[in-house]
Amino acid sequence: METGLDLQRTFVQALEGFGLMPGVAQTLWMPLPMVIILVGATLWALVATWLERKVSAAAQQRIGPEYAGPLGVLIPVADVVKLLIKETIRPAKADPWLFSLGPVVVVLPVLLAYLIVPFGQHLVVTDLAVGVFLWVSISSVAPIGLLMAGYGSNNKYSLLGGLRAAAQSISYEVPLALAVLAIAMMSNSLSTVDIVNQQAGYGILGWNVWRQPVGFLIFWIAALAECERLPFDLPEAEEELVAGYQTEYSGVGFMLFYAGSYLNLVLSCLLVAVLYLGGWEAPIPVEVFVTGLGLSVTDPLVEVITAAIGITMTLLKAYLLLFTAILLRWTVPRVRIDQLLDLGWKFLLPVALVNLLVTAALKLSFPQVFGG
Amino acid sequence: MCQDGRRKFLAKPTVFVLNGYDYLLVFLLLCSVVPIAAFTLSALLRPRRTGAERRTTYESGMEPQGEAWVQFNIRYYMFALVFVVFDVETVFLYPWAVAFSQLGVLAFIEALIFIAILVIALVYAWRKGALEWS
Repeated sequence: METGLDLQRTFVQALEGFGLMPGVAQTLWMPLPMVIILVGATLWALVATWLERKVSAAAQQRIGPEYAGPLGVLIPVADVVKLLIKETIRPAKADPWLFSLGPVVVVLPVLLAYLIVPFGQHLVVTDLAVGVFLWVSISSVAPIGLLMAGYGSNNKYSLLGGLRAAAQSISYEVPLALAVLAIAMMSNSLSTVDIVNQQAGYGILGWNVWRQPVGFLIFWIAALAECERLPFDLPEAEEELVAGYQTEYSGVGFMLFYAGSYLNLVLSCLLVAVLYLGGWEAPIPVEVFVTGLGLSVTDPLVEVITAAIGITMTLLKAYLLLFTAILLRWTVPRVRIDQLLDLGWKFLLPVALVNLLVTAALKLSFPQVFGG
Repeated sequence: MCQDGRRKFLAKPTVFVLNGYDYLLVFLLLCSVVPIAAFTLSALLRPRRTGAERRTTYESGMEPQGEAWVQFNIRYYMFALVFVVFDVETVFLYPWAVAFSQLGVLAFIEALIFIAILVIALVYAWRKGALEWS
């Protein structure tokens, strides 16, 4: 029995009720969740930039933005408008193609990965069987964009920044992929929806973070490094490299990098929530309340409320992680490049391999607890 | 399982062999609209000024010395090589992990041997100094 709000089925059935062909109804439905998730992702990234400013200000006992709208909530809008109307300068010595395409190649994979982020049993653009693997694979396209931007700028700061960025993201991709692998093994699936379902039923106790504490830490550290967040923001390193591969960018190019980094941060937080913190599941299962109140899980109103709680839970978890990421930025000093690569290759990689093997061994010994 | 119902439901009208990938393709097209729209909007709004000074390479206010397209540190290349080894390894391990519940102890031992070989590679790279920065 399928449970949960299925907007697609309702939409298609309603249109078929008007006498449309099923194929036409399907095609009409197709762009709707995509546009919603794109608008949603942009909004969440804008909220993330506002939070970054406000939390940073609070961490330093400042007030932060306060004039643009109440509590300065309109500051991200002001940022976007400012960057759009800014002059775009392309250095005379830069390679025009690499320079212009760099930011696009960085931002596209991040946007594309929102395809697999689930907010409910059926509230996902498409539940691909390869799920998280799609994210792992397309996120490795971004370093190419960083190299294009860094090399194409024909600027020494940019070149160093671009190379550092590429070295950093490839170094942390391996532990990240291995941490995901342990989750995939427990869920017997790569689909993000299956991964959440496997954590369902026991509330907060069923979440993967209890069964994969080491994997959780590896994933979180590697995700911060992939997003080039402090303490791993070497590629941008304002003090030494000005802004790394972004040095020569102004206007739209800079905006795409900026948007890309925040979209990536929000995406990583969402994926940590999905993979380790039970996704849309509430700490106490909603079904307990529903049956306690004597209602049916398939009641339309209950389905809508459950879906709303699911979306709120996913976002709440993601923003809690985002908050930790911002606080980490002001708590931990930046690492040096050799420390960064040592941490990735000599610590996280062996630990991730051991974690994977331990998970496999535990799965053989306690199949009930580790997903059969 | 509960997923099969939905996948079958999606499968009907598609012309693709693999379910759900039509969504991926359409989403890719839709996503590429975002940077194009940003560039177009900005092209309509931004001021246009020209001048040779304006387009010089930034080097903290000094006159730029030479090009940036020079030979760079070999270290980056070493890391890229080690990365390829381990990335391919993880790709091979994905099908193993997903099917693990059906494979049992033998698959575990096989993966153990596979990973052991790669750990030897890691130790070799480590000892050779490929993972040293300075």
